Amino acid sequence: MDDLIIAGEKFSSRLIMGTGGAPSLEVLDQALVASGTELTTVAMRRLDPASRGSVLDVLRRRGIKVLPNTAGCFTAGEAVLTARLAREALETNWVKLEVIADERTLLPDPIETFDAAERLVADGFVVLPYIGDDPALARRLEQAGCAAVMPLGAPIGSGLGIRNPHNIELIVEAASVPVILDAGIGTASDAALAMELGCDAVLLATAVTRAQRPDLMATAMKEAVVAGRLARQAGRIPRRRYAEASSPMTP
Amino acid sequence: MIVTINGAAHEVADGITVAQAVRTLTTATTGVAVALNDEVVTRGAWETTELRERDRVEVLTAVQGG
Repeated sequence: MDDLIIAGEKFSSRLIMGTGGAPSLEVLDQALVASGTELTTVAMRRLDPASRGSVLDVLRRRGIKVLPNTAGCFTAGEAVLTARLAREALETNWVKLEVIADERTLLPDPIETFDAAERLVADGFVVLPYIGDDPALARRLEQAGCAAVMPLGAPIGSGLGIRNPHNIELIVEAASVPVILDAGIGTASDAALAMELGCDAVLLATAVTRAQRPDLMATAMKEAVVAGRLARQAGRIPRRRYAEASSPMTP
Repeated sequence: MIVTINGAAHEVADGITVAQAVRTLTTATTGVAVALNDEVVTRGAWETTELRERDRVEVLTAVQGG
């Protein structure tokens, strides 16, 4: 499979993992290895002196690049501060920008996200914004200097798949930065569909970490992303209303 | 004086530094970042930045998420 390139950095895996929802660091570790991911998100939270072990140790041991997110932020100001703290703590200027509108849907707030993106790009960050499946917003964020756009398939953790494949295709058609399908993936066919629609990568967490067997689902996702990418590159046949014989009709 | 560290009020000695405040929570110096009243304090400035009455210190690290 061809490399994924984000902000000049190459990745041979097109599956980006999240780390939320895993029952333990051991389960997470096994799932990340099985997924073959090379880029994985973490959240920034108040340090808890009682907690044992760190997700950072897992990523470091496995040689996986860390992608801090701004999960939990409701305003551009909070997101910018969180990104700056992540840069300080994790020594990376990459950030998955996530500014949510409300806790019930966890849908991204487009106004705050755009505001934060402009400020973070100006501050030298490599910005990967999580957005709704909105082609106009995706284009504006690319113009603002974002390194990728990350439209959702469906709300975070919902497992509803890609609710608006048409909009994802419109985003892909117009984008010259990578399009990463983020959120909503429920099972392997959803990930394959994202790649068939032309997305450059898929980001998922819950579908793996809360599966009955996370390591097995991680393998399934890895294979699905590869299959979807190859199918996209191969070029699918057109859909037809009626049959078209694949064998000669005359004996 | 009273300062807030990760949301909890603490009675501390005058002149306590950011570095000392961090050490009340952890001995780690990597993978950790500090905001003082919503501004980042870079690690190089922890030892020289003194807290004032009613300052708010946030000590953050990476956790599972996203």
